[in-house]
Amino acid sequence: MNPKQTLEVIDLNALLKGVSALRARGARLVQIGATTLPDKFELTYSFDVEDGLASLRVEAPREDPRVPSISSIYGCAYLYENEMHDLFGIKVEGMALDFHGTLYKTKVKFAFGQVKAPAAKPPSAPKAPAGEPALAGVA
Amino acid sequence: MARTIIPFGPQHPVLPEPIHLDLVVEDERVVEARPSVGFVHRGLEKLVEKKDYQEFVYVAERICGICSFIHGQTYCQAIEAMMNIPVPPRAQYLRTVWGELSRIHSHLLWLGLMADGMGFESLFMHSWRVRERVLDVIEATTGGRVIFGSCKIGGVRRDMDAGAIRNTLSELEIIEREMRDLTRVFLNDSSVKRRLSGLGVMSRQEAHELGCVGPVLRASGVAQDMRQLGYAAYGELEMEPVTRTEGDSFARCAVRCEELFQAASLIRQALGKIPAGEIGVKVAGNPTGEVIMRTEQPRGEVVYCLKANGTKNLQRFRVRTPTFANLPAMLKLLQQCELADVPMLVLTIDPCISCTER
Amino acid sequence: MPYFEMARLALKWALRKPATTRYPFAPRRPITGSRGQLVFTRSGCVYCTACAKKCPTAALEVDRAQKKFALDRLRCISCGCCVEICPKDSLSLSTDHGSPAVSKDPEIYPRN
Repeated sequence: MNPKQTLEVIDLNALLKGVSALRARGARLVQIGATTLPDKFELTYSFDVEDGLASLRVEAPREDPRVPSISSIYGCAYLYENEMHDLFGIKVEGMALDFHGTLYKTKVKFAFGQVKAPAAKPPSAPKAPAGEPALAGVA
Repeated sequence: MARTIIPFGPQHPVLPEPIHLDLVVEDERVVEARPSVGFVHRGLEKLVEKKDYQEFVYVAERICGICSFIHGQTYCQAIEAMMNIPVPPRAQYLRTVWGELSRIHSHLLWLGLMADGMGFESLFMHSWRVRERVLDVIEATTGGRVIFGSCKIGGVRRDMDAGAIRNTLSELEIIEREMRDLTRVFLNDSSVKRRLSGLGVMSRQEAHELGCVGPVLRASGVAQDMRQLGYAAYGELEMEPVTRTEGDSFARCAVRCEELFQAASLIRQALGKIPAGEIGVKVAGNPTGEVIMRTEQPRGEVVYCLKANGTKNLQRFRVRTPTFANLPAMLKLLQQCELADVPMLVLTIDPCISCTER
Repeated sequence: MPYFEMARLALKWALRKPATTRYPFAPRRPITGSRGQLVFTRSGCVYCTACAKKCPTAALEVDRAQKKFALDRLRCISCGCCVEICPKDSLSLSTDHGSPAVSKDPEIYPRN
């Protein structure tokens, strides 16, 4: 059902070279995503190649995360990088179009970047029905 | 020449959902558009920490009201791929049928909004009248008009018996007849043609470089449709991506009109071939690992990146919706356009902002 | 002729009766299988709290000791999970969506 999907973990310095190689193959940028882990940020760059999906993964430190922008290679990446900056606080250097934090208007800045990853909980006590706090995301 | 900044949105009669654009205009010609989103940002990606992965299907469905079923389906498919759960074939076919019904209702909704944006209100009412019939079919088979609630991890929750299938097929016939009347107006009416032809032209190279997906990409000549990956029952049904080569707004409208009939034909094929069997399997345990799942929503390719670490809650849930991928294209098309064409260009990519902002 | 496509469509529908229901003067025809509001029959319930545990929005509160069953209708999303899991079939979804709520308090059975 899923065609070939590859995931390669590369160094931050090798990111631009890896992306250029994919551009030479005619790949289309699919997504750039960030995950907050307790000790680092994991950024995944996914590209659609002829026979499937190729993903590159880089890691950035939690304090002062800086990554180079790939918008010199893929022009449309500026939107994903602005979103990463506004939601996670990751500084992307050299964006083609930099909105300086005005893309996402949220009350809490960099909301996703400050979360602790949840600790593994034992399987599970049933939820207490009435004492539940209000659902997050519902005002 | 002096420049003015005109704010467009978040509330505008033509927008289905709030997005804010600061249009920098020079004497009626738009030079640049700066977007600002976040008006419907609900932080759903963080909600994975609170809801366990089986309940999260309900949240995933509610990311968007128009494309809700395929969100739920993609989430279920991603978890099933992660945990290697074999979904029964009947459930796959049912998911395909509901997915295509969802596509029909979404395209009819967009056609109505496009007509309304042009000022053609009676055509808008007719599009939504046909859409009501589709919603009635969906309500009779799944229980909900817009949020179907019928996908679960391991299959579907409700079955369609022989009577329901017969009713659906007969309703589909009436719906298709009315869709033909409707699309004949969209494709031939002179005011629609004059308003949309030649507007917002994107060449094949540009569309590929800007990362467009869905009908926007196919209207510029690139025949890429995620349903060709063969998920759910699409591997056993015949379909060809609908493409056009002109790349202007009229081509995008025409691609969506033709996809209505493609979806109806897929529903007929699926209901003709649907195998008997059970509709769901029991799921136990917790997911581990990572998966990236791509499916074709009415607006384009949606990508779900899930990461789990063996607990009840997922560690990361990332959705890249098709409107997010089409936004750079919209911003590029808005450059050098007339101010009065801005609503048309915003609508031509079929913006679904609540998907974009989760 | 390109000018008359819409005229043909409009004329066809002008000669038929309206596609809309004249609600509230005419009743809305319910569709069987639609998921409306939750209906609770107290007689079969044994207060096993299975429905409260399964509810994804925590709209149900069941207390075994006090034999209390509370439903917050504003939180209920009519998903039907509680209906599927109830061992005594004392919950069902009706096809009508209920009247507008006048208070935000949950409904408590038995009512005092």
